[in-house]
Amino acid sequence: MKVYPDAKKALEGLESGMSVMSGGFGLCGNPEACIKALAESDIKDLTVISNNCGNAGKGLASLLQNRQVRKVICSFIGGNPDLAQQYLAGEIEVELNPQGTLAERIRAGGAGLGGFFTPTGVGTPVAEGKESREIDGRTYIFEKPLKADFAMVRAAVGDKFGNLRFYRTSRNFNPIMAMAARVTVAEVDKLVEVGELDPDDIHLPGLFVNRIFQAEHENPIEHRTVREA
Amino acid sequence: MSWSKAEQARRAGAELKDGDIVNLGIGLPTEVANYIPEGISVMFHSENGLLGMGPFPTEAELDPQIINAGKQTVTYVDGASMFDSSLSFAMIRGGHVDVAILGGLEVAQNGDLANWMIPGKMVTGMGGAMDLANGAKKTLVLQTHVSKHGESKLMQKLSLPPTALKCVNRVITELGVFDCKGDHFLCIELAPGVTREEATQHTHGDLRFASSVN
Repeated sequence: MKVYPDAKKALEGLESGMSVMSGGFGLCGNPEACIKALAESDIKDLTVISNNCGNAGKGLASLLQNRQVRKVICSFIGGNPDLAQQYLAGEIEVELNPQGTLAERIRAGGAGLGGFFTPTGVGTPVAEGKESREIDGRTYIFEKPLKADFAMVRAAVGDKFGNLRFYRTSRNFNPIMAMAARVTVAEVDKLVEVGELDPDDIHLPGLFVNRIFQAEHENPIEHRTVREA
Repeated sequence: MSWSKAEQARRAGAELKDGDIVNLGIGLPTEVANYIPEGISVMFHSENGLLGMGPFPTEAELDPQIINAGKQTVTYVDGASMFDSSLSFAMIRGGHVDVAILGGLEVAQNGDLANWMIPGKMVTGMGGAMDLANGAKKTLVLQTHVSKHGESKLMQKLSLPPTALKCVNRVITELGVFDCKGDHFLCIELAPGVTREEATQHTHGDLRFASSVN
């Protein structure tokens, strides 16, 4: 059965030294309950794959503060003082990927592809050590797929088969990461019975999800920008 | 005399055409949304997965799960759509975004752009900048012409690690509007009160002037 009572149970089997994908863009659409459960565990030496690895001291930044992370594969460090500090001090390994390359490497990992050629990064430090090829007159570099032991994703609604429906810009990396891990754990605002979601409204088919549970989400705001009514 | 940041953003807004799909980078480029010329309608793309970005929300509209790529709370307009990061970058790399307006640290006269790192000093990561600079049909850069230390940021060759090569079409600085022409910059407009001599003095690359420029 895919339905689990909470994050701690749903993450069983996740051990020190493993790789973990974590959905979210900044603090939006984060698997908050899974991150909290990891932060409360003794698990360490993790390789974390995430666009930002937390921000403003929150989200995955809690794992950085606890020194549970050995390596981060991400696209952006700005706004994440914990990551910047440990990176500049040489205390953590950081592999920076262009955001579109990060997304496509994850998608390729989940889609069973051996990689892809992209024009992004040509002539930059990103291209160093990578195969380059001219295709129809344009230069591309080869990027390998990314996979992980676990993926922690968050959706608005999920059913007991694991079908997921996302909300607004909380979708971001969540559906592609769900495709690319050996064990995918989904936490949802609302867990419903199979059949309650219309097939046309399902954003991610349930075969990609191994474990699912319902959780409360704080949805922290990073930059609260408003205008006069 | 030269342009203020707001005037730079307004000048960038004047580059947009009706129906354009536009991606605005973090910082000053974001301000361009406030200066869309009258009678023109564009759709803003935000690479975290939103096409049809609207203005900042009122307190009543505020939703923590609707943000832009700068992680600011935003709204969406009629006709908007939301999608995952892979599809978002397929739009960008695939050439479906008409205009990217990005910030810059340096631009070279051949269109090379540097805006993601200063070795040993600044590390923010490239985020979506490398994909945008390569993929958008047209790349505009909004940046200062001269650094705090008085050094030109319009270069013959980049001194910083590149974001993308030969990608910038046009740079808008406080001094004017400059096109990257390969072996030179072509100034097509100067800010009010800025002279050709001043622009030349502050440009490290080879600078020429369109005949229409005073």
